[in-house]
Amino acid sequence: MSLDVGLIRKDFPILGRTVRDGKRLIYLDNGATSQKPQQVLDAEMNFYLMHNAAAHRGAHQLAEEATEAFENARATVARFLGAADEEIVITKSATESLNLLAYSMGNAPSNNRFHIAPGDRIVVTEMEHHANLIPWQELAKRTGAELVWLSIDSEGRLDLSKLDTVINGKTRVVSLTHQSNVLGTINPLDKIVARAHEVGSVVILDACQSAPHMRINVKELGIDFLTFSGHKALGPTGVGVLWGKSDLLEELPPFLFGGSMIDTVTMLDSTWAPAPRKFEAGVPNMAQAVGLQAGLEYLEKVGMEKIHAHELNLTQQFIQGLSKIEGIEIFGPTTTESRGGVVSFAVPDIHPHDLGQFLDNQGIAVRTGHHCAWPLNKALGVQSTTRASFYLYNEAHEIDSLLDGIQQAQEYFGRSR
Amino acid sequence: MNLDNLYQEVILDHYKNPENKKLSVEKDVQVHHLNPSCGDEVTLNLTLESGRISNISWEGNGCSISMASTSIMSTLLLGKSPDDAKKILDSFMELMQSKGSAKGDELLLEDAVAFAGVSKYPARIKCALLGWMAYKDASLQVEAKSK
Repeated sequence: MSLDVGLIRKDFPILGRTVRDGKRLIYLDNGATSQKPQQVLDAEMNFYLMHNAAAHRGAHQLAEEATEAFENARATVARFLGAADEEIVITKSATESLNLLAYSMGNAPSNNRFHIAPGDRIVVTEMEHHANLIPWQELAKRTGAELVWLSIDSEGRLDLSKLDTVINGKTRVVSLTHQSNVLGTINPLDKIVARAHEVGSVVILDACQSAPHMRINVKELGIDFLTFSGHKALGPTGVGVLWGKSDLLEELPPFLFGGSMIDTVTMLDSTWAPAPRKFEAGVPNMAQAVGLQAGLEYLEKVGMEKIHAHELNLTQQFIQGLSKIEGIEIFGPTTTESRGGVVSFAVPDIHPHDLGQFLDNQGIAVRTGHHCAWPLNKALGVQSTTRASFYLYNEAHEIDSLLDGIQQAQEYFGRSR
Repeated sequence: MNLDNLYQEVILDHYKNPENKKLSVEKDVQVHHLNPSCGDEVTLNLTLESGRISNISWEGNGCSISMASTSIMSTLLLGKSPDDAKKILDSFMELMQSKGSAKGDELLLEDAVAFAGVSKYPARIKCALLGWMAYKDASLQVEAKSK
């Protein structure tokens, strides 16, 4: 059974609007952020309309309802990832989740398993988004640890030939993306996780590009921490997820301090609430969490397997179409094997910015630039690329329009001289 | 929207056949400017002699708007005094901030009025200004040096 995309599209009001003087919107920038179904908007608004109060505080009815709504959202996230409720930390963004881990580890005293000492090793990959690179660069600088990385091969996949030397006995952290936001590559985790655990390192997975698009079960993946952002998964902005194994969250020191994350407080010292609460200082982003819950429920109802299959169909159609246009270079795997619905490419003699502008004029929204993965662009030998990224509401004829648009841009920019 | 308002012929011509796009050996100062949102970059050499811009040359990588704008700027400013160059720069800045309402002073800006259409696209104004900002930086450095 394939998706009823027509029915799905009816739930997304923005997809009905026009852009640039009456052009029908073709939204292919889902890797940056997804559009939101009415159900998400309703859930967020309903929280404010009916249940708004500060969760985890107060004994009045609204406070109870707000607490229940927030905890229900947590439970939905847990179910979505195959995790336990108490393993889910609600953050403001995936960027915050990754910074939380880096700063918490930086705070860990020498008798804590997360303590990072000079000479310890932090491992990332060459295809990381800046959000999963810079926090580790900074942690390495603060602690004297060494930052090393796994490189990519010519097809845009991780080169695992040096896995055993890159992840060595000094390695404390391996943090990598599940799916590249530029290449679309889905990274093979089994070998990496096995090697990391063999040397006593934790494995952190940036699932921003995977969790919204495919079924994830954290237990099956064997990893230790995972993060994804709400706004790429039909949810509102301002909400992210951090999952961690219970025993690890228990030992990890907190990062943000303040209300609600404490057990006891005196003028000179404090103790922490159990995880996940010790990582959720301040009044939480309740309405956004409730919105994310509605988004995840929407995805579950459609079915993650179906969504992934649908996106791979679109990806295949697009890659096949691109391969028929002369001179096009695709950055990343050219088959749908271990890849997701993100395709970056270059059109000869047209700068991505100009191509993006031309497509925008036809109502087609794509991403151009370095996609917050500057070092990866350097490794690919390009300054920037054009990226199309698909989601459950995209249709085959939209891919055709994109392919037509690319060819028209070639004619347009080839027009003078 | 008519894209031709943005991509005027003169812009595409300068993109394909840029002027002064070869860094001079001698220079008073060299600056390197980068647009961090897209990675476009320009390196610009500036030399002043007897109160005139005697050499302005550049190298760069970027979209048609940023490269053509730098090319046109270099032809406009070559031979001008720093004061006249500043007038042209100010006039161009004003045009870029006009949100599509201004046509640009053709006497002062000559071919650079072709970028009037860019001012309607907030994301592209930075592209059009990349080379100009490099010149501004370089001219301030030359000025500081001479003091």
